Amino acid sequence: MNNRHRIISLHRAILIISGVALLAVIALPIWRIELDAAQYPEGLELLIYSYKLDGHVDIINGLNHYIGMKTLRADDFIEFTVLPYLIGIYGLAFIVVGFLGKRKGLYILFAAFLLFGVVSMVDFWRWLYEYGHDLDPTAPIKVPGMAYQPPLIGFKQLLNFGAFSIPAIGGWIFIASGVLLAYCVFGEWRIAKTWAKS
Amino acid sequence: MKPKQYLLWMAAAAAVSISFSACRPKGAGSAVSGNAAQRTYVPPGQYDEFYNFVSGGFSGQMSVYGLPSGRLFRVIPVFSVDPEKAWGYSEETKPMLMTSHGFVPWDDLHHIESSFTDGMPDGKWMFANSNNTPRLARIDLTTYRTAEIIEIPNTGGNHCSPFTTENSEYVIAATRFSVPPDGPQGDVPISSYKQNFKGHISFVSVDKETGEFNIAFQLKTPGLNFDLSSAGKGVSNGWLFLSCYNSEQAHTLLEVNASQNDKDFILAINWKKAEEYFKAGKGTKQTNVRYAHNKYNEHTHSATHEIKTEVTVLDVADFEDLAYLIPCPKSPHGTDVNPTGEYIVGSGKLAALIPVFSFDKIQKAIAAGDFESERYDGIPVIKYESALHGEVEKPGLGPLHTEFDDKGNAYTSFFVSSEVVKWNVEKLEVLDRQPTYYSVGHLMVAGGNSKKPYGKYLVAYNKITKDRFLPTGPELCHAAQLFDISGDKMELLLDFPTIGEPHYAQAIPADVIKDRSLKIYDINANNHPFKANGEGDARVERDGNIVRVYMTTIRSHLTPDVIEGIQQGDEVYFHITNIEQDWDMPHGFAIKGAGNSELLIMPGETQTLKWVPDRVGIFPFYCTDFCSALHQEMSGYVRVSPKGSNVALTSYAGNK
Repeated sequence: MNNRHRIISLHRAILIISGVALLAVIALPIWRIELDAAQYPEGLELLIYSYKLDGHVDIINGLNHYIGMKTLRADDFIEFTVLPYLIGIYGLAFIVVGFLGKRKGLYILFAAFLLFGVVSMVDFWRWLYEYGHDLDPTAPIKVPGMAYQPPLIGFKQLLNFGAFSIPAIGGWIFIASGVLLAYCVFGEWRIAKTWAKS
Repeated sequence: MKPKQYLLWMAAAAAVSISFSACRPKGAGSAVSGNAAQRTYVPPGQYDEFYNFVSGGFSGQMSVYGLPSGRLFRVIPVFSVDPEKAWGYSEETKPMLMTSHGFVPWDDLHHIESSFTDGMPDGKWMFANSNNTPRLARIDLTTYRTAEIIEIPNTGGNHCSPFTTENSEYVIAATRFSVPPDGPQGDVPISSYKQNFKGHISFVSVDKETGEFNIAFQLKTPGLNFDLSSAGKGVSNGWLFLSCYNSEQAHTLLEVNASQNDKDFILAINWKKAEEYFKAGKGTKQTNVRYAHNKYNEHTHSATHEIKTEVTVLDVADFEDLAYLIPCPKSPHGTDVNPTGEYIVGSGKLAALIPVFSFDKIQKAIAAGDFESERYDGIPVIKYESALHGEVEKPGLGPLHTEFDDKGNAYTSFFVSSEVVKWNVEKLEVLDRQPTYYSVGHLMVAGGNSKKPYGKYLVAYNKITKDRFLPTGPELCHAAQLFDISGDKMELLLDFPTIGEPHYAQAIPADVIKDRSLKIYDINANNHPFKANGEGDARVERDGNIVRVYMTTIRSHLTPDVIEGIQQGDEVYFHITNIEQDWDMPHGFAIKGAGNSELLIMPGETQTLKWVPDRVGIFPFYCTDFCSALHQEMSGYVRVSPKGSNVALTSYAGNK
C-alpha cells in the first residue's frame, strides 16, 4: 500500500482509543439536566443515556403535570432503541479506520460523525421543544406566553425552577472523540498537502 | 505538536468545561444578619414581647409561642384529644368533642383569629375552626382552655373560618366543600353537583360578655368552594369578602377541572344588610339539621353537650342587594382587607399577578349597576376593571396570603417561589422579597389583620423544612421563620419548628393580655357536683356497680390512698379535687390499667377519670406531675376483689 494514503501511527492510536471510549458511551449518561428550586435545595437531576432516562424522572414527571407537560417515558423515544447501535457502529468504525489506517476512511468517518452529531443535537432540541411547548390546555398552571423548553446547553429559569443543561460524562467523551477526530483530520490534511506538493 | 501546545489544548478544554458550570446561578442560601441572635434572645427569666397563637393544623390543637424568642409555652387542646391534659379523656371534657356524628377525637384546626373590639384584638378569646367535621371553637385567654365548640350544619369543610367582623359581632364559618343541604334529600348523584350542591356561609354571633356562640343565620350560595375570608373594617365595616374557587363547579379531579377558568371570584357580602333581613324575619327556618353545641363551665369544671336542630337560612339569590361577585384571577386563596378597610387583596394561587380591589370602586360599581351582562347563578358579577384599584405585576409565583403593617405595606406569601414579598398597597410597587425555607403557606404580621397593625415582626409558616434542622426520619416538622420588618428590608432572624401544620396565627403584645391569665381556680367557687369538700369529705361510695371515689390532692398525699372493696368489672369514677390554692401547683393522677389517660388537675379544680378494673389484685395509683420534694411518696393502692366478693368498701389515708 502506498504510504501517501496511510494515516500516521499517532492518529491511528487516537482513533482506536476514541473508538473504545465511544463504545463505553453506550453505558454512560450522555446529557444531564439539573433542576433547582427553593423547595429542592438538594436539586433534581435528569440523566439521559443512549438507551434510558435516569435520575429523578418520577419526581420531575410529578412536578411537570402542574404545567401540563407530557409524562417522560423511555418507551416514547425510538432513539433509545436505535442510539446504542448507532454509537456502537461509530465506535467500531473508529477502531476499524484506526486499524486500516486509510486517510480516505478517516475523511468519510469525520463527515459521517459530524452529521451524526448534528442530527443528534437537532433531534434532542426537537424533543426539548416538543416537551416544552406541547402542553395540556387543561393544565392547572397556565402562564400566558410561557413555554417550558429546557435549554440545549446552559441555564434557563422556568417558573420556580432553574434548569441547567450540560453534557454528562458520555457526552463529553462524544465531544472529545469528535474534537480528536477533527484534530486527526486536520493533521492528515496537512500531511496530504505536503505530499501533494512533493 | 509540542508538549507546550498539548498543555495549552488541555487548559482550553478545562476552561470550557469550568465555564459551563460557572454559568449556573448560585442558590439563595441562608441569609441571617449579624446581630439576629441578640434580637431574638430573651434572657432567662425575662418575658417575650408578643404572645403568638399558632394553629396546629392536622394536630387539631393551638400552640402558644413567645416572640421574638420562638419559645413554646403551651399546646392548648381544641379539636383533638390530648392524653397529657386528659382533653377528651376526662369525664368532664368528653362532651366537648361530641358532634352530631358522636364523639370525634380528631380534627384539622386551620385558622386562628382574635376576638376584636373596634378592629383591635381585645385579648378575650381566640377563635379556631375545624376543617373536617365542621366546627368553630372559642378559646378563653384567661384559662387558656377551649371554652366552647359549635358544629356548623349544611357545611362540608369549614375552611373559610373563623374570621370575625370588626367587633366580633359574628365569626364566619363557610364551606370549602359545597354539599347538598343537610337532611335526607342529600342522597343525590355526585355528578349532579351543579343542581344540588350548595355553599353555606354561617354567621355565628358571639355574646360580648360571655362569648357564647349562636348560629344567627346562614347564607345559602351557589356551589362554590369558599377558601378564606376577611371582614371589612373602617370604611368597609359591614361587609365581608370571601375568596371562592371552583367557579367551574367541578365535582371530580378538581386539581384540573377547578383550575380552568381564568378568573374565579371574591364574594362581597353586605352582612349588615343580611342581618337586617334576618331580623326582619326574611329567612327560612330549616329544622332537619342536627349540630352540636358544647360549652365548658369553669365553675362546675364540666362540659355540657347539646344537639340543636334549627337554623335560619337566607338564599342570597333571593335578595338584590346582599351579595356581589368580583372576578378574581385565578383560584384565589387569601382575600385580605387592609387596615383602612379600603383595599381588598385577592391572592390567586395560580395567578401571575395580585389584584387589589377598591371598596370605594366596588360601592360605585354597585350603585351604577356596573355588572357583567350575565349573573352567576343569580348573583350579580361586578366588572373586574370597575372594582379594581390595580394589579401588582410579577410579584412571584403562587401567592397565598397577605398581611399588612402599620406603614401602608402589604406582605404576601408565595408558596411556589417560596418567598415573602413586601409591596406598597397604594402604589402597588414591590419593595422587597426574601426567600423562605421552604414553601411558605400562611404568614402573619403582629396585628396584621387589625385596624392598627403592631408591625415589627412577621412570621412565615413553612410547609417544607427538608434540610433546615437535624433530620428525624421521613416525617419532618413544619417551621416558623421570624422576620424583623421594622426596616426597609425584611430581615430573617430565626427558624423554629412548630406543632402540626401551622396555618394562620395571631400575635398580641404581651402587655395586652398577660395580666388576665388566671393563676388558680377558686376552690370556693368550685361547683363540681362530685367535688370533695376538703380531706374530711373524701370518701368512696357504691351505687350498684358504680363506685365514686371522692379524692383530694395536696402536697404530698392523695386522700384516700387506701381503697378496698372494689370489684372486678365495677365502673369506678375517681373524682379528684386538687385542694391546693397555690400558683403552679397542679397534681396528676394515673392508675394502672386505665384505658384512657392521666388527669392533670389544676389548683381548685375537680376532674374525673373513669376506670373499669379488668382483673383481681392490687392497683397502685400516683400523682403524675412532680409536685414537691415528696412527690414520689404521693401514691396509693386500690384492692380489686372478684365480682360478688364480700370485702367491705373502705377507704382511708393515714392510720385508721
